[in-house]
Amino acid sequence: MQASISLSLSSSSPITRSDCTAVANAYLCTPRSLRFCGLRREVFESKSLNSFSVSTRLVSCPRDSSFKKVCAALQSNGTPSKGGFDYDLVIIGAGVGGHGAALHAVEKGLKTAILEGDVVGGTCVNRGCVPSKALLAASGRMRELQNEHHMKSFGLQVAAAGYDRQGVADHANNLASKIRSNLTSSMKALGVDILTGTGTILGPQKLKYGKGGSGDTVITAKDIIIATGSVPLVPKGIEVDGKSVITSDHALKLEFVPEWIAIVGSGYIGLEFSDVYTALGSEVTFIEALDQLMPGFDPEIGKLAQRVLINPRKIDYHTGVFASKITPAKDGKPVIIELIDAKTKEPKGTVEVDAALIATGRAPFTQGLGLENINVQTQRGFVPVDERMRVIDANGKLVPHLFCIGDANGKMMLAHAASAQGISVVEQVSGKDHVLNHLSIPAACFTHPEISMVGLTEPQAREKAEKEGFEVSITKTSFKANTKALAENEGEGLAKLIYRPDTGEILGVHIFGLHAADLIHEASNAIAMGTHIQDIKYAVHAHPTLSEVLDELFKSAKVKVNSSSPVVQPVAV
Amino acid sequence: MSHLLQTTFVPATSPSLRRPLTRTTHYPTRALHIQSKIREIFMPALSSTMTEGKIVSWIKSEGEKLSKGDSVVVVESDKADMDVESFYDGYLAAIMVDEGLSAPVGAPIALLAESEEEIAAALAQISSSSSAAPAPDPAPAPATAPDSSTSNDGPGAITGVSSASVSENFSSRSSVANGAMGSSVHPASEGGKRVVASPYAKKLAKEFGLDLRGLVGSGPNGRVVAKDVEAAVAAAAAAKVSASGAALASEITKPSGGGTAVDLGSVVPFTTMQNAVSRNMVESLSVPTFRVGYTITTDALDALYKKIKSKGVTMTAMLAKATALALVKHPIVNSSCRDGKSFTHNSNINIAVAVAIDGGLITPVLQDADKIDIYSLSRKWKELVDKARAKQLQPHEYNTGTFTLSNLGMFGVDRFDAILPPGTGAIMAVGASQPTLVGTKDGRIGLKNQMQVNVTADHRVIYGADLAAFLQTLAKIIEDPKDLTL
Repeated sequence: MQASISLSLSSSSPITRSDCTAVANAYLCTPRSLRFCGLRREVFESKSLNSFSVSTRLVSCPRDSSFKKVCAALQSNGTPSKGGFDYDLVIIGAGVGGHGAALHAVEKGLKTAILEGDVVGGTCVNRGCVPSKALLAASGRMRELQNEHHMKSFGLQVAAAGYDRQGVADHANNLASKIRSNLTSSMKALGVDILTGTGTILGPQKLKYGKGGSGDTVITAKDIIIATGSVPLVPKGIEVDGKSVITSDHALKLEFVPEWIAIVGSGYIGLEFSDVYTALGSEVTFIEALDQLMPGFDPEIGKLAQRVLINPRKIDYHTGVFASKITPAKDGKPVIIELIDAKTKEPKGTVEVDAALIATGRAPFTQGLGLENINVQTQRGFVPVDERMRVIDANGKLVPHLFCIGDANGKMMLAHAASAQGISVVEQVSGKDHVLNHLSIPAACFTHPEISMVGLTEPQAREKAEKEGFEVSITKTSFKANTKALAENEGEGLAKLIYRPDTGEILGVHIFGLHAADLIHEASNAIAMGTHIQDIKYAVHAHPTLSEVLDELFKSAKVKVNSSSPVVQPVAV
Repeated sequence: MSHLLQTTFVPATSPSLRRPLTRTTHYPTRALHIQSKIREIFMPALSSTMTEGKIVSWIKSEGEKLSKGDSVVVVESDKADMDVESFYDGYLAAIMVDEGLSAPVGAPIALLAESEEEIAAALAQISSSSSAAPAPDPAPAPATAPDSSTSNDGPGAITGVSSASVSENFSSRSSVANGAMGSSVHPASEGGKRVVASPYAKKLAKEFGLDLRGLVGSGPNGRVVAKDVEAAVAAAAAAKVSASGAALASEITKPSGGGTAVDLGSVVPFTTMQNAVSRNMVESLSVPTFRVGYTITTDALDALYKKIKSKGVTMTAMLAKATALALVKHPIVNSSCRDGKSFTHNSNINIAVAVAIDGGLITPVLQDADKIDIYSLSRKWKELVDKARAKQLQPHEYNTGTFTLSNLGMFGVDRFDAILPPGTGAIMAVGASQPTLVGTKDGRIGLKNQMQVNVTADHRVIYGADLAAFLQTLAKIIEDPKDLTL
């Protein structure tokens, strides 16, 4: 705790906030049962403000935070600044990206409106990360209870674990609606105008919204952010009927648990659903176009993940093949999937299953945005942007006052990346240049155990090193050596650090193991803050915790330079 | 603060928390050159502190082709699990250290042959090095001669055993394949051209080395599912253990047959068949069984047996016939529960009878035992037993039983308890018929031959009253066996 506080003090936070100080202070001063051994109260209070203001800002996913509601009382969604616009900022799309941008815009004193054509929360909250986490939480427990060997090793006996499909489905649905209402009320409390209808850009700084047709309202805004997100991508030849051939949208409702389901695509979405379905008793067949399962993961992590998440489970796979045609089940016939070789296009047989889940990725949802009115051409549907999320038109020129964040720009299709991009844009429009470092954005796959990563994979790092002429080193630690992991009987896991031995720069961290998704942030924050290994290795981790996996990882790195941080004023204890 | 903690805390931390970490950036696989064509794969040193490694799993199986760079085996060191890759192309000829076992760093764990022909030579090399331990130069057949027969001759007994087991494997596989030809086309497979099997079924089949083409699927659209494979494996491996006592029987006959002596104090891993037995036995625990016993007077049956013995009738056939006749009147006892949700009413009455054969046991099936006369049934039984001894039973001759009999009477066992084979509804354990002093209803004491039978049944489909009624009928048939010869 102390270490992190002093760190945040020494590094100047990229964003400073003064208005919330009193609130944060009040929050921190509330009596809590925490006892920081030997920590002096006044040190804690006076030093902590900065660190807390940072953390409130960077938290991105939907959360109901008591801070914000209090903040709302202190400030309001002000009047638009000069220029005769209706709003300072209009955000098209109320997903996690739009929400993050809206909250930050209000903090910056901008008069803000957010447009939502469907439901607040977007994909993440309604049809993505949030309900899938609910399913994974339920199925993860199911898997654990069914694992007699695992239970026995704890000395526990469980008789006939079972589940109620509707109950599991309800949990996911309830979670989504709860988060959705939290999101809505957090924006309402801040005074963000929530406008309903689809938005169309009419020209520079001008757009209309509504149900389409003449009833639409035209508004003007100093700046506009496109945050319309994405929809599941369904390749040609695949007929989605929503019953036996489904996308993640349908699967999250968990309307039935098939005996045998084919999952087309073995990325995050496919992998998470394989975890859910196998835990609930289904058998799974993966169909992957690339030659290896889990493309996109660091190869070593992918290999280990395959050994733990695929091989011992009731899963088989076809790699290097496309599903060229998928016919839904009807007239007593099963779902029929025709396979062709990904390279030669030769037929590779058919697969007959009870259901097929299409998890081939996501396509940007940018139609009807009126991009043609400002001469912007999408690329495969994505809105082209520069590193500051400024939209680029067909002539390669920047469109003034127009930004695009999140899945719609395709830079990094993750909810928290969208939110971070939104905050970055708000920083820019409120007069402070800001470029988001995408290499510092962590990603996670919530299988059991989880996979998480930040920065470069080993092949990417080696390629970069060759190009730029530096050396790359790798170090690894195993969860097998971690006390907490062993106490949980979850020693299977690996953390891998890719770094520059000459400077101590962290290039990438990949974790596969218990709670990997929560562990990655120490590494992603280090990358974001530019903290080097030789400094972070002296930070102290509570024992016994899983975080010691990263502690060991940093300590095991061989860096050729010494610690650069100044000696901190000693604090008597 | 952190500064202070650094100086006071860190050194005090126990060494176990600060274990040195693996720093290998690639996995050193040393494949030493023994002779020109066959290489040994050694246990690699995956970290500086590693002294021995445990084989987590073999990614490749024996006989499989390897390309340079393929992962062959997963080794668990003191730090982590690592894939070990092959540095050469070739065939994984033999695995010398099985999954789950450990070997010191540098010890050979497998042999890599350059071509398929040399696999046999590699196998010979193992046996020669294990039989003649001190032999300094284990060079088997001349390196230039990839002739498996010459190298097979050399090493002697142990090779004989290994080749025998190989051929046994082949025969059991081919018998399954033969079964496929005879079996009906299954609907999900385009006229039998390909196999539709669920992922788990395929996994199990691979694990047991079973050819899926021989199976008739019971899943939706005739797909082969896990339980089909399990049933087939149990049957194919002659491991449809019907009774714990029957397993005992095979043990008893073994020494007299002059079989191999057991190494005392050793731990011997299961063979594939024993694995199948183990799996089946564990699976049987998921079935809620109960038992009902009955004492049957056999004086009339014994008398009949004496009379028709000369015509080749066996006691087994008589018991099977009597059981089948009783089942005709109680079809529920001939049913089974396959999925936990429904009754499967079998159309035929097929009596499986557990037989101990050398090194295992098998359950030849007397099909339609209720319809075939006792003399034909006896002939059929003799034929099945001969075939079983020669390991020539076809799948439908050992895996189509609907009711199982297990008889340990010949050992003088008076009563025992049988385990229900998965997929069937009931099994009957038959004890010895012995002269017993009994009180009769008219108040007298007499000597009668009596045997005890004990039926184990799946209570999901067969209830206590069903079994009781069945046993009563069976007792009537046996006590008045005139129907048997009809």
